Amino acid sequence: MDWINAVIQGVLLGGLYALFAAGLSLIFGVMRLVNIAHGDLIVLSAYLALTVTTALGLHPLLALVIVVPGMALVGYTLQRAILNRTMGDDLLPPLLVTFGLSVIIQNALLAGYSADPQKLQAGEIETASVALGSIALGVMPLIVFATAVVVIAALQWMFYRTALGRAFRATSDNQDIAQLMGLNRAHVFGLAMGLSLAVTALAGVFLGMRTSFDPAAGSARLIFGFEAVIIGGLGNLWGTLAGGVILGVAQTLGAKINPGYQILAGHLVFLAILAIRPRGLFPRIDG
Amino acid sequence: MSAILELNGVSKAFGAVVVADDQSWTLDKGEAMGVIGPNGAGKTTMFNLVTGNLAADAGVIRLNGETISKWPAARRCRAGIARSFQVPQPFAHMTVFENAYVAATQGAGLSSVQADKLCLDVLERTGLLEKSNVKAGGLTLLERKRLELSRALCAKPSVLLLDEIAGGLTEHECHALIQTIKDVRETGVSIVWIEHVVHALLAVVDRLIVIDFGKKIAEGAPEAIMQSDAVREIYLGLDADA
Repeated sequence: MDWINAVIQGVLLGGLYALFAAGLSLIFGVMRLVNIAHGDLIVLSAYLALTVTTALGLHPLLALVIVVPGMALVGYTLQRAILNRTMGDDLLPPLLVTFGLSVIIQNALLAGYSADPQKLQAGEIETASVALGSIALGVMPLIVFATAVVVIAALQWMFYRTALGRAFRATSDNQDIAQLMGLNRAHVFGLAMGLSLAVTALAGVFLGMRTSFDPAAGSARLIFGFEAVIIGGLGNLWGTLAGGVILGVAQTLGAKINPGYQILAGHLVFLAILAIRPRGLFPRIDG
Repeated sequence: MSAILELNGVSKAFGAVVVADDQSWTLDKGEAMGVIGPNGAGKTTMFNLVTGNLAADAGVIRLNGETISKWPAARRCRAGIARSFQVPQPFAHMTVFENAYVAATQGAGLSSVQADKLCLDVLERTGLLEKSNVKAGGLTLLERKRLELSRALCAKPSVLLLDEIAGGLTEHECHALIQTIKDVRETGVSIVWIEHVVHALLAVVDRLIVIDFGKKIAEGAPEAIMQSDAVREIYLGLDADA
């Protein structure tokens, strides 16, 4: 029973990892931008939520109403003001700029909030659970997992059914032709980053409610996000959810064997999948 | 008639290679103009300069009297310039319908509902309707050429630039294409058409210009131009006074 419990907890944890990964996957898919600052933006969202909850006395879940649009705005502005200037045929300049951004965000958070670990206080919901036979499922992990499924489904629908999604895919397919079709690249990239950071805001708030965080917590989240994307296969959103779940299960099973193995087990599974299927488990089938 | 598109002294060079040499011409509203010239003469380059793929080194391009030479490509498209490519460049991972839809929503700025309607209408006219849900990467060359035309039409252009879309068509297909282009013209769209299939060109255009080495070397009524020494020299390799 313990093992089944570990698997289920891992699946639910995978929902959080999928949220870490979805924003990363989205912007890589649309504009081939590898965002090294993604983990730090997750942590930044958590701190933003911390400020909102303490200043206004809101529950962290209600704070999402402010944090999600706030981060979307940050994303759009960041892309238009800085990142668009670095975009071109070469992947390196945006990579370096987001690396720089990562350092700046970490140090700004350190200066603003100190290195003390913080946590978003969510009250009773943190410990609430529902019983499933002899297994107790946390309400929060269930909410996070359900949110991940909804977010992935919504992104999928957006990509394949809406004008904006088709603009994203056209840009991803051929930027030059997309512009000849009247598509404003700078604006579309801005919207993609805005959407990415809106998802990141969800991930950041859930992270802050689940565990304590500090200004340096971003890099581990970046790695988990990357691993989920790569395991699932680049450009496949449902694959990203599967990748998150596989990573989550690997970690909880590793922890079951020995608490010290949690993170290591996740990395080992990632490495094994990369060795066997370098394009991930569910690579996008290209037409 | 007033000019819708006007090039005045437009030049472009890549290093020492001059690809557009002091080109000036105008296109009147509702007019169809043909462009001929040998391979590598700079005909496609001329389109690239008009659409904004390339920036001109010198000269002015005007659309409806407004100078657009410095505008980015996307803005020129939204202002009414659309083109088809000689070598089709569809969004390969998207369906035929979606390819058209991007042009309709972005280029023509239509709402989703309006775009649906326009795309289906255009795809029916270009004969691609039954391929709507096929990924563009899986189309044959001829279907890709039709998609080029469909996508350009879905951007609701006032000036349509066609780059060798009749090449490789059968007699029957060519006839259908000519009819489609005539229909487009009936709706008030002005057309510039680069084409080697001369009989198709002559069936549609009011005027021809001849381009060689990036320079406009002749201009006039189609019959007169085809008879001219300049064209005979280029196409038949004859000396002007032979």
